[in-house]
Amino acid sequence: MTNKPKKVDIIFSPYSVAPYKILKDTMKRTKEEIIAELISSGLRGRGGAGFPTGMKWKFAAEQKSSVKYVICNADEGEPGTFKDRKLLVEVPRKVISGMAICAWVTGATEGFIYLRREYKYLVNELQKEIDLFKVHSKEVGLNFNLQIFLGAGAYVCGEETALLESMEGKRGEPRNKPPYPIQDGFLGKPTVVNNVETFASASMVCRIGATEYKKFGTADQRGSKLFSISGDSPKEGVFELELGMSVEAFAAEFGDGDTKAVQVGGVAGFCVPRKDFAKAIIGDGNTTGGSTMIFNSSRSMYKVLHNYLDFYAEESCGQCTPCRIGCQQLLKGIEAVKKGEKPAEYLDQLLKLSESMRLTSKCGLGQSVTNSFSSIVTNFREEMIY
Amino acid sequence: MADTKELITTLAKKHGVERKSLLPILQGIVEKENFLSKDSMLEVAKVLDISAAEVYGTASFFSFLDTKERGQYVVRVCKSMTCDMKGKEEILATIESVLKIKIGETTQDKKFSLLETNCLGLCDEGPAMLINDDYFVKLTPEKIREIFGRYIRNEI
Ligand code: SF4
Repeated sequence: MTNKPKKVDIIFSPYSVAPYKILKDTMKRTKEEIIAELISSGLRGRGGAGFPTGMKWKFAAEQKSSVKYVICNADEGEPGTFKDRKLLVEVPRKVISGMAICAWVTGATEGFIYLRREYKYLVNELQKEIDLFKVHSKEVGLNFNLQIFLGAGAYVCGEETALLESMEGKRGEPRNKPPYPIQDGFLGKPTVVNNVETFASASMVCRIGATEYKKFGTADQRGSKLFSISGDSPKEGVFELELGMSVEAFAAEFGDGDTKAVQVGGVAGFCVPRKDFAKAIIGDGNTTGGSTMIFNSSRSMYKVLHNYLDFYAEESCGQCTPCRIGCQQLLKGIEAVKKGEKPAEYLDQLLKLSESMRLTSKCGLGQSVTNSFSSIVTNFREEMIY
Repeated sequence: MADTKELITTLAKKHGVERKSLLPILQGIVEKENFLSKDSMLEVAKVLDISAAEVYGTASFFSFLDTKERGQYVVRVCKSMTCDMKGKEEILATIESVLKIKIGETTQDKKFSLLETNCLGLCDEGPAMLINDDYFVKLTPEKIREIFGRYIRNEI
């Protein structure tokens, strides 16, 4: 039984109100009310890690500091994802409103949109929107100085502490956590870092209310979620869907009728093979960055994995050995098996290596390599060898 | 070099001389000079009062802060999986034959450099590329010839 994925129309819903009305309306309520509303909505961070947004804002509000920052993480580098670009182009006001509301409830006065370098062509339009925001924020008496910070091209800077390092003029190497940015962030000050979609979703919670918002999604993942869909699909693009659908339903709706595998959650996520489509639920235990790549029967999964590993080997920041060396060894390893220089059993050793990378790497990059690696190697073992 | 010095002084005035100004300053240099020369990095180190190794270490970390000489137009072709599936190889081969250079090289007249890059976030419209800051999607060999024709004839 394949149910159709449920389309939702919250984030992209058009509604004709004056600019920054959500912000103005929200500021008529108390800060405590807003935080409580966000916590009750069940909204989790939309960048992939999934930390409850209301709690993050609450902790930030509790920090005693005269300087606090709000940063919108628009360093969308996960292969297969482009939803943040669409948000910044189509509904920038919802994103900026979310940031402004966050600034208001946490007491932050400085804000940045950390825009990935690859999206530099968005700067002019985005700046116009920020200028408009400045006019409206003055009207409501919000003191929040928002600017764009342009990244310089590094996938790992999507990791919040690496992002902060790069803003401080250093190599984008992830920091040890704790302390978390909420205590010790940009230039040592309390900093809220949220994904573009998280800010847009937060402003939607403020607009429609927690009760309405949490009608969507699963017990674990409330609300709508944007999916970037690419690959062997006649419907590539960004879709707002409800979490909790099976991969089977997803493939039936978005595949080309011959879907062999679906990569859920980008290269850092899992590759689901056809035989598991019915039992795999998107948003339930799966990572939720929203990138979904669809592969049909004509694709070589060896090529897919090789492409992923090549990406990882290039984007590892090099700070810790398991990740730096591990990525390269996995790449060389599958090449050696393919060429017959190593026996098929060597794949099992590589699986162990990828598992140790998960256990010993410092940040999400090195820790997540094993997700795609093990799911592809285990499910498409034949293709790795012959 | 005099020009570079002047440029760095202007950038330092605009962005400040704290460590956090490093990225915007380096980006400003790349925008004008297409890459970070040894001289420019040494000068930045002096102006920000940090070691040259720190400047190079940071610059070399980021893919858009080129420390190798580049042409006036840097072409970055996306090599992520979905662009690859949609024919990236053919696109690259066409660019190589139009510009008569290989990946990583710069044309003799220093007009174009050709590079590959990781995900450009244009996966639903692949194959995709950037030429400096402008993006081009759904590329075909015909489109490539047309686009580069316009650049070569200075129509862009
Ligand atoms: S896991 Fe990889 S990317 Fe993360 S800190 Fe270690 S080397 Fe850097």
